Amino acid sequence: MIASVLTTNLAILVLAGFIGFVVISKVPNTLHTPLMSGTNAIHGIVLLGGLLLFGFADLGAFSKFLLVIAVAFGTINVVGGFLVTDRMLDMFKSRPKPKASEDDLAGDAKDGSETKPGSDGKAGS
Amino acid sequence: MSAPLATSFLQSADFIYVLYIVAFALFIQGLRGLSGPTTAVRGNRVAAVGMAIAVVATLLYPSEGNWGLIALGIVLGVVVGVPAARQVKMTAMPQMVALFNGVGGGAVAIISWVEFRSHGSSYGSHTLVRTFESGPFVEHAVVHTGALPTYVAIFSVFAAIVGSVSFWGSNIAFGKLQEILPGRPITLGAGQQIVNMVLLVLAVAAGVDLVAGAHSELLFIGMLIVAALLGNAVVLPIGGADMPVVISLLNAFTGLSAAATGMALNNPALIVAGMIVGASGSILTNLMATAMNRSIPSIVAGGFGGGGAVAGAQGAGEHQGTVRSTSAADAAIQLAYASRVVVVPGYGMAVAQAQHAVRELTKELEGRGVEVSYAIHPVAGRMPGHMNVLLAEADVPYDQLKEMDDANPDFQRTDVSLVIGANDVTNPAAKNTPSSPIYGMPILEVADSHSVIVIKRSMNPGFAGIENELYFDPKTSMLFGDAKSAVSEITAELAGL
Repeated sequence: MIASVLTTNLAILVLAGFIGFVVISKVPNTLHTPLMSGTNAIHGIVLLGGLLLFGFADLGAFSKFLLVIAVAFGTINVVGGFLVTDRMLDMFKSRPKPKASEDDLAGDAKDGSETKPGSDGKAGS
Repeated sequence: MSAPLATSFLQSADFIYVLYIVAFALFIQGLRGLSGPTTAVRGNRVAAVGMAIAVVATLLYPSEGNWGLIALGIVLGVVVGVPAARQVKMTAMPQMVALFNGVGGGAVAIISWVEFRSHGSSYGSHTLVRTFESGPFVEHAVVHTGALPTYVAIFSVFAAIVGSVSFWGSNIAFGKLQEILPGRPITLGAGQQIVNMVLLVLAVAAGVDLVAGAHSELLFIGMLIVAALLGNAVVLPIGGADMPVVISLLNAFTGLSAAATGMALNNPALIVAGMIVGASGSILTNLMATAMNRSIPSIVAGGFGGGGAVAGAQGAGEHQGTVRSTSAADAAIQLAYASRVVVVPGYGMAVAQAQHAVRELTKELEGRGVEVSYAIHPVAGRMPGHMNVLLAEADVPYDQLKEMDDANPDFQRTDVSLVIGANDVTNPAAKNTPSSPIYGMPILEVADSHSVIVIKRSMNPGFAGIENELYFDPKTSMLFGDAKSAVSEITAELAGL
């Protein structure tokens, strides 16, 4: 007697939920942004769903078109998410690096001019 | 063993499954790494390796000659995603995360749609039913006749609705953060919640009809559109300051919808990864909501935006005390003779991109022997941990960043609190005024320090229109101006002292 696909998968689902709770509940406030963008990258795994569906025979042209978009979206989510998280975390790592901060400042000086006037209305919290 | 001999081991379901197990072990290990600043970089990379393995494993499934299209999709994604992630400024991070989250939700919705189409546009179809089968472990896409298991339809429909809500909700959040859309709540007023309810009921009703076997692609598209409207209707009324909660909530949504897709497609990697994200997103959302002393439903219902604006109108005439404004030179002197200074950053610092200027100022102060630390409110900025990221970018030492609970007891022995573009998170009304919309929200108690300097553009109240009593406190002085230039001026004055 073998458990059905549904119950097997439900077991996986429930256990994964608990693992998620346990692993994440220890993360300090400081790392909330990288954590969020890291988990954000992980749900880009829906990309796999797109890849799997390409395995269906005789998909119509429109279905294939949709799947290309889905795979592209998923890839943006995964690749962009991990890269952005990596960039953020790199900053937490590098403390005594005066050279790098000078570079950043030079880059930032240009950006500063774009600061939008009158946006103080949203300065709350 | 049911694996046919003709299938090479590398294409067997067991091998793919083993790779999936390795992949999600790496996800979990990676997330564990993210819980500490020293292990976080590695943790993220470990999770990325897990993802690469999961993708490769999935490519081992037969793909019916669609390699070119798969490659096209992946290349498109890389071409768009990599430059975006490389070039985005740290201050624009919240909208980037919102956007990445949105495309993830969009992918979920589209995949459900294609899945529905591939079943012959009906979950109850008796002809073209395709499932991935071979015991609990996946083998091949199988075409057979007979009805699809009901649970597959339920999970598909759930994924379609939640994915669509997440896609549109995230796009609206992006628009607000990018200031394409106004950050203020856009609401239909009292009817808003009724409209949301009606949309939700319509989407669910369409879903139920589809699960019951309705043979109509139009109905499915209609369901996606109603869910899209719902995503818009839910996020549009939410004010800018509630964004940390909304972004982590949408993140959790996309995770859950990915898990549902995994249930529908019988793919364990999707189930595990989606569910972990769903769980972690829920925790974060809850943390953010707790930090604002508000329930998640009340935020989603747009209570703060609507209610806050009304209260702001009422409260406008309440505190007509005098406001003392100061100059950069005076502020510099005040700071120079302090022995302990606490910097309280808020969204204003992010908008003005003032983090490097702030770092320069505090370096100057430290050079003069002033003890400097930063007090960070959990919901300061537009996403969880927003301030920490910006200050880390400016090379502020990790141990100078104090979380609210650690920072609050120290305000009493602080000479000067320097509030830079933070408003509601410092408002004593949260403690003293039961009628205030933010009453009960834990705040940074800057009013306890000996003196306060607030750098702010103007006396405009925050997004919710709530007056800040702090500004009328006799020990508070206001330095009006753009956060970046004001801070730089103070630094220049300090250097000249």
